[in-house]
Amino acid sequence: MTSVAVGDETAMRRIGVTVNGTLQAGEVSVRLTLADFLRQDLKLTGTHLGCEHGVCGACTILLDGRAVRACLLLAVQVDGHSVTTVEGLAPSATVLHPLQEAFCAHHGLQCGFCTPGMLTTLVEFLKDCPDPSAEEVRVAISGNICRCTGYDSIVEATLSAAANMRDGS
Amino acid sequence: MTASGFPNSRVIGHDVARVEDEALIRGVGRFVDDIVLPGMLHVAFVRSPHAHAAILGIDPSGALGMPGVHAVLTLADLAPHLTDTRLVVAMPSPSYRQQLHRPVLADREVVHVGEPIAAVLADSRYLAEDAAALVDVDYDVLPVVADCVAALEPGSPTAHRDASSNLVAEMTVEYGDVAAAFAAAPHRFRERLWIHRGGSHSMECRGLVAVHDVLEDRLTVWSSTQMPHAAHRLLCDIMGLGERQIRVVTPDVGGGFGPKLIFYPEDVVVAVAARLLGRPVKWIEDRREHFVATTQERDQYWDVELATDDAGRVLGVRGLLVHDHGAWTARGVNVPQGAVAAMPLAYVVPAYSMAIKAAATNKVPVTPVRGAGQPQGVFAMERLLDSAARALGLDRAEIRRRNLVPAERMPYATPMRTRGGIPVVLDSGDYPRCQQMALDRADWAGFTARQQAARAEGRYIGIGLANYVEGTGRGPYEHVSVRIEPSGRIFVATGAAAMGQSTQTMLAQIVAEQLGADMSNIRVVTGDTAAAPLGIGGSNSRQAVLAGNSAHAAAIRVRERVLEAASQMLEVAAADLEIEGQRVRLKGAEEVGLTLSQVARAAAGQAGFSLPGQAGPGLAASEELVIDAMSYANGSAVVEVEVDIGTGAITIRNLVFAHDCGRALHPRIVDGQLMGGIAHGIGNALYEFMAYDENAQPVTTTLAEYLLVTATEMPPVTILHMESPTPLNPLGIKGVGEAGVIPIGAAVASAVEHALSSFGVRVNRLPLSPVDLLGLLNAATA
Amino acid sequence: MKPPVFAYHDPRSVEEAVGLLGRLENTRLLAGGQSLMPMLNMRFVFPDHVIDLNRIETLAGIVQDAETIRIGAMTRQRDIADSALVRDRLPLLTEALAHVGHRQTRNRGTIGGSLCHLDPAAELVAAAANLDATIEIAGPDGVRTLSMAAFPRGFMTPAIEPDEMVTAVRMPLPQRGHGFSFMEFARRHGDFAIVSVAVLLVLAPDRRIARASITLGGVGAVPLRMVEAEALLVGHEPGAALFERAAETCRAIDALEDAQVPGWYRRQLAGVLMARALATARARAEGVST
Repeated sequence: MTSVAVGDETAMRRIGVTVNGTLQAGEVSVRLTLADFLRQDLKLTGTHLGCEHGVCGACTILLDGRAVRACLLLAVQVDGHSVTTVEGLAPSATVLHPLQEAFCAHHGLQCGFCTPGMLTTLVEFLKDCPDPSAEEVRVAISGNICRCTGYDSIVEATLSAAANMRDGS
Repeated sequence: MTASGFPNSRVIGHDVARVEDEALIRGVGRFVDDIVLPGMLHVAFVRSPHAHAAILGIDPSGALGMPGVHAVLTLADLAPHLTDTRLVVAMPSPSYRQQLHRPVLADREVVHVGEPIAAVLADSRYLAEDAAALVDVDYDVLPVVADCVAALEPGSPTAHRDASSNLVAEMTVEYGDVAAAFAAAPHRFRERLWIHRGGSHSMECRGLVAVHDVLEDRLTVWSSTQMPHAAHRLLCDIMGLGERQIRVVTPDVGGGFGPKLIFYPEDVVVAVAARLLGRPVKWIEDRREHFVATTQERDQYWDVELATDDAGRVLGVRGLLVHDHGAWTARGVNVPQGAVAAMPLAYVVPAYSMAIKAAATNKVPVTPVRGAGQPQGVFAMERLLDSAARALGLDRAEIRRRNLVPAERMPYATPMRTRGGIPVVLDSGDYPRCQQMALDRADWAGFTARQQAARAEGRYIGIGLANYVEGTGRGPYEHVSVRIEPSGRIFVATGAAAMGQSTQTMLAQIVAEQLGADMSNIRVVTGDTAAAPLGIGGSNSRQAVLAGNSAHAAAIRVRERVLEAASQMLEVAAADLEIEGQRVRLKGAEEVGLTLSQVARAAAGQAGFSLPGQAGPGLAASEELVIDAMSYANGSAVVEVEVDIGTGAITIRNLVFAHDCGRALHPRIVDGQLMGGIAHGIGNALYEFMAYDENAQPVTTTLAEYLLVTATEMPPVTILHMESPTPLNPLGIKGVGEAGVIPIGAAVASAVEHALSSFGVRVNRLPLSPVDLLGLLNAATA
Repeated sequence: MKPPVFAYHDPRSVEEAVGLLGRLENTRLLAGGQSLMPMLNMRFVFPDHVIDLNRIETLAGIVQDAETIRIGAMTRQRDIADSALVRDRLPLLTEALAHVGHRQTRNRGTIGGSLCHLDPAAELVAAAANLDATIEIAGPDGVRTLSMAAFPRGFMTPAIEPDEMVTAVRMPLPQRGHGFSFMEFARRHGDFAIVSVAVLLVLAPDRRIARASITLGGVGAVPLRMVEAEALLVGHEPGAALFERAAETCRAIDALEDAQVPGWYRRQLAGVLMARALATARARAEGVST
């Protein structure tokens, strides 16, 4: 594994982090953001950068199960922790997470750039709130900006996924 | 919704699964920033912190001394490798009074904050940004033009120090005898309006990766652009290279919304740098750059007048539009032109004269954002109609009904022409019925009772409406080729570009309809200049119309070839054959047939043997269906709002959008396009404001300051459909990519004014912030 | 938008962190990172040293003693919002947290980070001021405390020394059955407030107002305790006319101005929200559900 910042090797650290269930070890520059670590070092490019100042939500990942902005974390901070990205949501190469299924079925994505952050946010939300109202879904994704859909289809998809997940459990 | 528009279809008109989703939903799409090449260098641009300054010197030595830094490129470094140091991209128009072609990099003068001056190339973006801060640029600050109206006043400083004025372009769009119409009119209404629109803010910013293959002497550029073929042509021109020496590819594009159709300085710098340095080069625009370096729409000031008879029938419209052009001509005068063209379009307007003055300012260049001036033109017209209705004691819906182009006059030839000189003929539709659908669903008739009930509780609610007619499907053509490969798989390539609006699904549907109805058997490549020899790309709500119809024509030709060849091979009549999945088979005897692969291999021919059938070799066809005339979509929005007179907050309680874009190829995608546009329109009406201070310094440069609508700001929305197929293309479709945004601002303004009618508040501006609204209320009640 | 170069330290104890603060120049403490990280990414700040507090386990937690609830500085906003104890005894704080950012930012953002960032529009700053919080500050000489009234030294500047750090916030428990309201006006859900109002009302057995605490956020450079309005209320029976008089005190405030929001708007909004919040707090104090 390589660091992106070669100019400040003095500020390197070894880290070990479980990403989508697999332990990843490597040496990183201490100023490397978690988002860049995931995208560049681990080649998990599903975590998108839309603003890099913590507003758009595209880079949302799950840190120890909680939805957080990966652009507002340093890679060194997740040493010893567990991270789930959009690539880790589907149970297999042929089966999707119920939220992913529902997003496809309800046209919950157009360009797909905000989608990973929407999904990770909603995975945590539905764990906390398995039977939400439409209004609760809207509040849950109020920190995720989508310029394509107008959100209605995302809300519909989430309610549908929640119903399917309740039936399945 | 079912496939009402295509009654016997199997694929088109149906809500089939999108072909784009499989990768995107798992996070394994490939956006430009996802492309990583060995040895790749990263660019950070040195950008002007000043709105206007002379550059006295550029000293890169501090940056060049940094470890990991490979080069700092200025215009002087690039110029020997360019045929021109300026981007000559302005669309033709006789209206220009000066040419403002922007430089590839600024070298003597900067004219807006964010203008690029130098490119730093380093091993990582982190290092490039470290080094960019060390490039020392010596500026001499110059007077600034921060407002387009002030820019045209005598004695104003000029946005460019060598310019004699700030007037970039002027023209008048007119027909009929306006002076006579106004002289004879019993009623005239005048409005002075200020309309601001902001940026595009696709969630993915711009970006490029370029790599030069020295063996083939070919530069490959992956670009997040809406117009790869235009970028290809411009890169070939400015780098003096042949068409085969450059390939432009669009990977997955995370939204466009207009500004990604522009060809930018960064596009040239990255491409040239990759050749100069012999290393792959990546530049990914960050959000702060997007605010100061990606084109946007901004201010328009309208001074407009409407003449009517006693019954509220329009006799004439006239006025002046002053348009903020920004510092350079990055596209043309199409935004104010589009605004003025859209203004009268839904109505019978016998005489019209609208003057346009485009003024240079020391701000980011203005080019189309979703809607491209049309929301502003509609706003101006609808404000005037509300004003007339109020004065004449007419219901606002009634005055519109009296003036909308009636269905029985379709096709309705207006006296106007498009920017390309093509007559504007409204081809189809029933505008009054569409308005009535929206009014009925929104319970316009019952609103007075709702309003009275709200007043009794001390609440202020209002209802408003707006109509639009939108020219869609701007020609002349889009290239699509369809080919059945020897494997039996179908390969479709097009000059159309996908930026999130389901273009691949749309084309796959149209092709599948003719060739077996199996979407999974079709691979669509969009936006690759190596796959499609010709192309225009994504703008003007054009791709379904132009590319869709080319795909339809090409697929029909391939189908004919398949059936012709198979009929020869099976010794049955072609008319008795059908294509199902990957097989051609005999109707009623499905076991008799061939696979598409078998037909394709036979049609590919063997030396010395005859081809099957008379259709010639191969199972391929390409089409560039030429459709010059635009097809005109229409719609009506009704918005109900509540205004909190304590805080100035405006809440949209309900929004009904009735529209007609001809036949819907995929109803769910149509709804998705409209919903996105509606959200954008709500943003333009109430939230989005690209603020600059009096020194033309941008002050809203984060997404915490520039407010995009989130899920909690969206009202309940109902979309209603009419389908008036256009006779202008075989599929009978019209564009829908921009429609949603167009009438929202006007409808919101109408509703807010209505809610506050007891205070006499007039809404003559957009966006309307709570501060603006409380200011209006305070002034009205003072 | 990538962070500049800095040295990174992740101490395991308060003592270690305070030691680093004493030893190093140009340091920044990294708590939840929801403000510092954007500032780093935008290169608005250039610290030589970033001291990450996220590995000091003792800094997080919510505990109650006889008279206060103590919340560790590194307690996540999400955990405070979810705390049944806080909801029961400091419902104003719970209500304020519903306005703080979004799910993702509350999951990471901390109370100590918000208080030290001291954005005048921050909900937690206004709530802490309204609840008469006490700030625990660790330094080379041990722990000292500072009232929230004395905590802001000026605009976004807490009264802590370069070798000190906030370790906890202590909130005295208001009388059970008190009335409260936290209201704000923001452009969008989750945005920083343009104006926020925190109101706490305690009614005496004779229904008169025994205690009033009113705080405005976003209006001044620091949270404003509206002592004049509080004095107007105490000893009187609550009512709309009285609340309007209290709200009138907002007209005299020297309110913040910025490019988007003029001072007059903040003053007017403060008055409107204060009257509304007082009415809600009163209804809650009287046991009327709202």
